[in-house]
Amino acid sequence: MSNVLWQHRLGGEQMIAAAFEYHRPAHLKGALGVLAEYGDDARVLAGGHSLIPMMKLRMASVGHLIDLQDIAELKGIRVAGGRVTIGAMTTQHEMIASTELSSAAPVIAEAAVQIADPQVRYMGTLGGNVANGDPGNDMPGLMQCLDATFTLAGPDGTREVAARDFYHSAYVTARGDDEILTRISFAAPKGGYAYEKQKRKIGDYATAACAVQVTMAGGKVTSASIAMTNLSDTPIFSAAAGAALVGTSGDAAAVKAAVTAAVAAINPTGDNRGPAEFKRHVAGIIIGRAIMRALSRA
Amino acid sequence: MGKKMQIALTVNGEAHELLAEPRELLIYVLRERLNLTGPHAGCETSHCGACTVEMNGKSVKSCTVFAAQANGATITTIEGLGSPDSLSVLQQSFREHHGLQCGYCTPGMITRAHRLLQENPDPTEEEVRFGISGNLCRCTGYQNIVKAILAAAATINGAKEAAE
Ligand SMILES: Cc1cc2nc3c(=O)[nH]c(=O)nc-3n(C[C@H](O)[C@H](O)[C@H](O)COP(=O)(O)OP(=O)(O)OC[C@H]3O[C@@H](n4cnc5c(N)ncnc54)[C@H](O)[C@@H]3O)c2cc1C
Ligand code: FES
Ligand code: FES
Repeated sequence: MSNVLWQHRLGGEQMIAAAFEYHRPAHLKGALGVLAEYGDDARVLAGGHSLIPMMKLRMASVGHLIDLQDIAELKGIRVAGGRVTIGAMTTQHEMIASTELSSAAPVIAEAAVQIADPQVRYMGTLGGNVANGDPGNDMPGLMQCLDATFTLAGPDGTREVAARDFYHSAYVTARGDDEILTRISFAAPKGGYAYEKQKRKIGDYATAACAVQVTMAGGKVTSASIAMTNLSDTPIFSAAAGAALVGTSGDAAAVKAAVTAAVAAINPTGDNRGPAEFKRHVAGIIIGRAIMRALSRA
Repeated sequence: MGKKMQIALTVNGEAHELLAEPRELLIYVLRERLNLTGPHAGCETSHCGACTVEMNGKSVKSCTVFAAQANGATITTIEGLGSPDSLSVLQQSFREHHGLQCGYCTPGMITRAHRLLQENPDPTEEEVRFGISGNLCRCTGYQNIVKAILAAAATINGAKEAAE
């Protein structure tokens, strides 16, 4: 890549994506129509902050780019009847700024401010973050913790897929090529929460991250949900980790058992953030901290 | 070569129409077609923030926006915030507090700080640091940049109070 940049400096060539045809439909129906017409040569564009870098590096090539920015029905946050519904095109910035969302599900803003930097958060959307399928994205693990439901619209109507069933492997999800993710919804969580993330610097993806929601009654944990980011080729929800906490007082031994169960469920690979063994070690610490913080707020 | 399309932009209050390939990056539309060389291309990989401009009220990295996406947008660059003869409060403050050395990051830094102060007119030091965390500076160590932004906020707020 540095080579490409250098040629750009010398010859005035820009580091730029392969040519594509651009579509900006005003309605979901129009977007689905273009997707149906061009099949896997077409791709939707949300905030572009995962897709455009890939296109510039020519790691993704797209014949027809369908920009979703004008589709009003994909935007907005709604809290009603104990359920939170977020349109796929809602940005991280809008989620952080929403007082309604912050009171219904404060864990969302806690995670969103740990994503990238201000400029990226103005553009990056919740839908793009969860549809992307990159194990480094933070929202998929959180959505598994919240037991969220993804709504997909396709040529034959809409269907719903649980976040916990959506991720098959890196970049491979339950979404069909002809489907658009329209919204994400979940029951407004109760009790204590935490999103804990270890990263090398602001703007970096997680070395390890963990989302926790817990409820307590009469000094005992009554429910616990624990999911992890960037510790396998998909987000990991660990039912066993949650079960290790339920019925206990949330004492040190229970936290330790939950961490042990969670770490047993991950399968990290070594990369420039460190070898797999290091990541297991970091994961243990981050999961422990997330559980403790969530318990302290329950 | 891909097909070109008509692109309409309002930049620093002026309407422009131009033909561009959809894949062209906003940073090059601004620099090479509109001769607005304030926004810099530092990394071209969405990391440094030197290319930051304001688009429809958001701070964006213009190296990560296709020209086609910006069609219809209202954009402000550093050139729209002040001029050598009439520096904005932020520009004046960067000058007084030595908020720049080589100056490469400065247009992006000030354009970002401008939006930050629109949204949070009286930020704490920590909020300033967090608010400019998408802009890298290789020279200053950030200390004087943060000072300059806090001082600009105080000046703007002082002027507002005096006017009331
Ligand atoms: C410097 C930098 C740092 C970053 N750090 C982090 C980080 O720490 N954590 C993190 O989670 N992310 C990080 N990101 C990624 C960022 O959050 C992206 O914005 C996000 O991953 C994708 O959202 P988007 O709206 O930009 O999607 P796009 O880039 O537009 O799309 C991503 C993919 O999802 C598909 N897609 C988008 N929307 C839909 C939809 N509605 N239906 C179906 N498919 C869809 C697209 O076709 C594409 O394949 C970073 C990005 C940058 C540039
Ligand atoms: S040039 Fe755009 S972020 Fe560096
Ligand atoms: S002043 Fe040189 S990079 Fe900031």
